[in-house]
Amino acid sequence: MANIAPSVLRQASRLASKSTLSAASRRSAQLLSSSSTSSPARVVAARSYVTETKRDHAQVQLDTPIRLDKKEFEQPGIALSGQDGSHLSPMADVLKQATVMDEGQRPIYLDMQATTPVDPRVLDAMLPFFTGVYGNPHSRTHAYGWESEKAVEQAREHIASLIGADPKEIIFTSGATESNNMSIKGVARFFGRSGKKKHIVTCQTEHKCVLDSCRHLQDEGFEVTYLPVMSNGLIDMKALEDAIRPDTALVSIMSVNNEIGVIQPLAEIGKLCRAKKTFFHTDAAQAVGKIKLDVNAMNIDLMSISSHKIYGPKGIGACYVRRRPRVRLDPIISGGGQERGLRSGTLAPPLVVGFGEACRIAKEEMEYDSKRIKYLSDRLLNGLLSMEHTSQNGDPEHFYPGCVNVSFAYVEGESLLMALKDIALSSGSACTSASLEPSYVLRALGNSDESAHSSIRFGIGRFTTEQEIDYVLKAVTARVGFLRELSPLWELVQEGVDLNTIEWSQH
Amino acid sequence: MPSTTVLKAGESAPKVLSLYRQLLRQGNQFAAYNFREYAKRRTRDAFRENKTVEDPRKVQELFQKGLRELQMLKRQTVISQFYESDRLVVEGGLSGKDKSGQGGIVRQKDTGWD
Repeated sequence: MANIAPSVLRQASRLASKSTLSAASRRSAQLLSSSSTSSPARVVAARSYVTETKRDHAQVQLDTPIRLDKKEFEQPGIALSGQDGSHLSPMADVLKQATVMDEGQRPIYLDMQATTPVDPRVLDAMLPFFTGVYGNPHSRTHAYGWESEKAVEQAREHIASLIGADPKEIIFTSGATESNNMSIKGVARFFGRSGKKKHIVTCQTEHKCVLDSCRHLQDEGFEVTYLPVMSNGLIDMKALEDAIRPDTALVSIMSVNNEIGVIQPLAEIGKLCRAKKTFFHTDAAQAVGKIKLDVNAMNIDLMSISSHKIYGPKGIGACYVRRRPRVRLDPIISGGGQERGLRSGTLAPPLVVGFGEACRIAKEEMEYDSKRIKYLSDRLLNGLLSMEHTSQNGDPEHFYPGCVNVSFAYVEGESLLMALKDIALSSGSACTSASLEPSYVLRALGNSDESAHSSIRFGIGRFTTEQEIDYVLKAVTARVGFLRELSPLWELVQEGVDLNTIEWSQH
Repeated sequence: MPSTTVLKAGESAPKVLSLYRQLLRQGNQFAAYNFREYAKRRTRDAFRENKTVEDPRKVQELFQKGLRELQMLKRQTVISQFYESDRLVVEGGLSGKDKSGQGGIVRQKDTGWD
């Protein structure tokens, strides 16, 4: 009697489960027969228990012309059923998805100042050194070492010829940041040791790593002058001349600014520094391979070069250190004495070779690329500046066309970036893109906080196409208009109210 | 991505033309949109730029260079296809539509020579 009850229960439950199962199968069979004309994809969807993740869940959905173009595909059935109610193939549903996928979701890359894609030619040169040729270039006792060393020396020649230097003057480092640190701290420490030269001149729009190195030296007892820039981003030569003192060890001015793209008058600065007998360091990470540079003609004593800004691999850069007249440095990294003892540590032949190849290509293609980039940049700039209340930051004459920095008044730069999720852009340097602080470079130009906040940098490179520029223009125009419509400030401006005259009440 | 090659009248013209066509086709095999467009554009521009070259030695030099670029393209397009990523928002034209008429279907992937 005791074990009857459980067995009855068990039987009952078995029966129940069978009936539900059969009911479910019957239902699905019905579903199948009823929807035999529709696609198999729908049946699969009906059976799945996990809802599909929406790809553009976090995107700002705006009715821009681009989205409107795709509308036919987003609404099921419209594009494919045909107006005359013609025959619909069973695969139509599946293929409809294919058409939407065709356009892809990946944003357009327009942040070439942050980094550039690796050129396939560069990768092609690098691959042998990742696979077969793995010798240590500093090994002098066997063929593996010799072949690596030969490739490294050849790469060094390519880099030297791009900037008009001697191959022996090129020191490989891990990147432009290390080169900047090495140059500034190295020179300052070497010449500061005697106690005679305790002064460094730099400028306010420099890259963070230069400013931070200088700040670090201030703690060590050096004096640093941070030169202001004019409203177009160029430094005032007169101010520079006044800033250089007899005890100035180093002048560090960047060649091309990473945020606004202005090109500083390097040759003039070089001449001045030579006359004043101080060393001249330039951070040319954004300039090498893009504009013509010659270390001898411009009297540059130290130069920082980065590989990943010129379609080379990341993780390598170089420092040009003049030999005649010799620039002496206190090395930061000591060790086996590689690279003239200035930067010890085994070189990475694949990266060095890729860097060399990138420089070779940059030299060969400079004319073609700059013509192309100028054309695209003019197209973009004309389109953006034809919108009302937009302005270009930096000098409109002396700037590298691959870097276009534009302010859109009455629009929050960050919200514009959010609205432009289909375009990879940045409001300033990548190092500061995490913070919401306005760019210190734009502040140094004398721009207001609002203007600095509403600025966006467009970087054009070798692989940018006309189609991408047109897409960007269309998208930016539409979304700036949209965001301005939301803004109460914009409404006031449209009514002809000067915003500076308004006295905002305090709460 | 050939930087320079030639189109020259005379005996080597068919060879040069064939190289041009091969380069274009191979360049079109890049899975990455930007590289694909660049390869096609650079090939076209390089041949146009050098179409007036007459000196046979220079022609030969440029032809050899084109061959090297072709080999590089063959390797790199394969690599590009191995590590294919999602397509860009601009691909398939501004709208991704096939304007040829009925069907309204655009290829999901470039296939064949095209």
